[in-house]
Amino acid sequence: MKTKRRSLLDIESLATAEITALLRLARRMNPAKPRPLLRKKRVALLFYEASTRTRVSFEFAAKALAATTSVIYAEASSIEKGESLLDTGNTLRALGADLIVLRHPAAGAPHLMARHLDIPVINAGDGMHEHPSQALLDAFTILRHKRNLRGLRVVIVGDIYHSRVARSNVHLLSKFGAQVTLCGPVEMAPDIAATLAPRVRVTRHFEEALRGADVIMMLRVQKERLAGRQIKVGEYAAGYQLTSERLRLARRDALVMHPGPIIRGMELTAEVADGPQSVILEQVRNGVAVRMAILASALGVAR
Amino acid sequence: MTRDSKPVSWLLKGGRVIDPAWRIDAEMDVLLRDGRVAEIAPRNKVRGSADETFNARGLIVAPGFIDLHVHLREPGQSHKETIATATAAAAAGGFTSVCAMPNTSPVNDSPEITAWMQDPARGAVVNVFPVAAATLGSKGEQLTDFRALQRAGAVAVTDDGRPILSDEIMRDVLHAAAPLNLPVMQHAEDTRLSAGCSMNEGPTAFRLGLRGMSAESEAAIVDRDARLAQAAGAHLHVAHISTAATIKAVRRGRRNRAHVTCEITPHHFALTDENVGSYDTNCKMNPPLRSADDREALLIALADGSIDAIATDHAPHARHEKQVEFERAAFGVIGLETALGLAITKLQRERKIGLARIIELLSTNPARIAGLKERGSLARGSIADVTLFDPGARWTFHAEKSRSKSRNTPFDGWQLTGRVVATIVGGNFVYRLG
Repeated sequence: MKTKRRSLLDIESLATAEITALLRLARRMNPAKPRPLLRKKRVALLFYEASTRTRVSFEFAAKALAATTSVIYAEASSIEKGESLLDTGNTLRALGADLIVLRHPAAGAPHLMARHLDIPVINAGDGMHEHPSQALLDAFTILRHKRNLRGLRVVIVGDIYHSRVARSNVHLLSKFGAQVTLCGPVEMAPDIAATLAPRVRVTRHFEEALRGADVIMMLRVQKERLAGRQIKVGEYAAGYQLTSERLRLARRDALVMHPGPIIRGMELTAEVADGPQSVILEQVRNGVAVRMAILASALGVAR
Repeated sequence: MTRDSKPVSWLLKGGRVIDPAWRIDAEMDVLLRDGRVAEIAPRNKVRGSADETFNARGLIVAPGFIDLHVHLREPGQSHKETIATATAAAAAGGFTSVCAMPNTSPVNDSPEITAWMQDPARGAVVNVFPVAAATLGSKGEQLTDFRALQRAGAVAVTDDGRPILSDEIMRDVLHAAAPLNLPVMQHAEDTRLSAGCSMNEGPTAFRLGLRGMSAESEAAIVDRDARLAQAAGAHLHVAHISTAATIKAVRRGRRNRAHVTCEITPHHFALTDENVGSYDTNCKMNPPLRSADDREALLIALADGSIDAIATDHAPHARHEKQVEFERAAFGVIGLETALGLAITKLQRERKIGLARIIELLSTNPARIAGLKERGSLARGSIADVTLFDPGARWTFHAEKSRSKSRNTPFDGWQLTGRVVATIVGGNFVYRLG
């Protein structure tokens, strides 16, 4: 049988066994101890949106597996007038790429590419849709501190509507039996968000959501989006900023997470970001091992 | 066989004639001569003789189908479709007449373009009735010359995909159209609210991370238009209605004595927004596929007579315009060849809506709406536009075999019941199965 090569497009369509296998593989990956699993493989990192941590994380992961990497920044303007996404993909394929990591502002762009290309496509964030590698590294990080995800009370706070991180995490956590509470003002956490997956609820009341929480995931809140929805920064902070006082409502061993980049004083205080319950930097660190697992698994060299 | 072939008379023998205009549903023979229905009589009772006989046993003989809403793409976008290819697809779908939307390039806002579209040089195999732009360039600013357009052959006016939002302009359009008995077709969408949206608002859009078009704004436009149409004494035709709220607005308008008619597309009664699945751009159209509740309300309205017509909104697009990111993909699907099969499969088989009602939706009512006298009926003296179909035939639609120049359909590979066997325009066969 041919070695299985497969894309990672979203969390929603993954089976729990596939997720478990990826997380297990990630535990065996150590960025400090390179494994030449992808020697002679070419990994193209195709970024249609600015990104530091995701891009560097994938790049380090590929290099730790001895792959050759190339980063391609596509100007946002080229989307409108330039080469089509499929043509770019076919060009990279013709140049010898064995795998494409794609970050794109349009939801479903990786799905399109995967449908028409015979090499794996890894979704590094597509519009407001999903960011599967982030959810995997978040689960990996949680499992470093909690025995399992079943029954965990996870609160995701902020601009759910625009967040691909939220969507991927909701799917992953729900698949493993966690209880997910989405929290934010109605413009950011509309009621319809509860239809994403089973056992998901939406609330506007941060304090209520925090009571008894095991994990608190703070999302980035963009000032422009607040302005667009006529929400004042001060008002938002008053209702939804994670402060030390509020954190006390959660379980004493609750984890504070954030996909970054964090804006101190906006969605959380510096005190909380740097506090003992924060695992924000650990998330970043774990990202490399998790992405090593994703790349190795996609190219069928490890399972 | 083409329209150029020497005129012959035809006897359509042994078929089941269904002509809702005259409440006929019986086994009858039909004699076509000189482009007209010369005789229609019970089996073997036709007195005149014909050059040729067509055995219609087991088939339904219906007045030719009329599609109120197609995009022929000519002039200007022949990479998507031409009048010749679109009308070939129309013939294969049983349509003997198509009403061509004005969003061509340039926009059909002049008698010259209206006439150009009907020129025999275009190679149309079915009748083409242009629907002209209501405003110059469909910019919603300055009215076109309705009288001149009508004289050139336009059967209605619309700005279709660039709906008329200004109350003043819409009022002026309706007032100008009323004395000419020219229907005003409106694509009811509040484009101020739907910018950047690519599908129906709802759980599927939220899951896919796509911005959603609200279902309410369609009905709000219909409410306003019906009010203005009533005041102007004009005929408002609501294009491709897609929501439960919209059919309520249509009924409300009628209760308030406005002359409101409406159409539905086969894809809106066959599919829901869940069919978008994993970013299938062949399920991206405008109005978008709606919720299961919307679809249910529309199926009820199809059965109870609230909806007047089935129109395909045939909207061909080249492959490269669809094989792109969902949000960038062009709106629209082709639909001429699948309309009857979907109507019979989804309406007759699944919902027990009768064949007479389906023919009313595909022929009788569209003829009335577009003011096509002598069409939409098989009464003696009518123009010999006839559709013959086998209501029980099962077949599979293959997009690559479409006569359209484009392949953008969500129904590729669908098993359908009900198939067009022959299409006759002006007494000449323009399509024969097999």
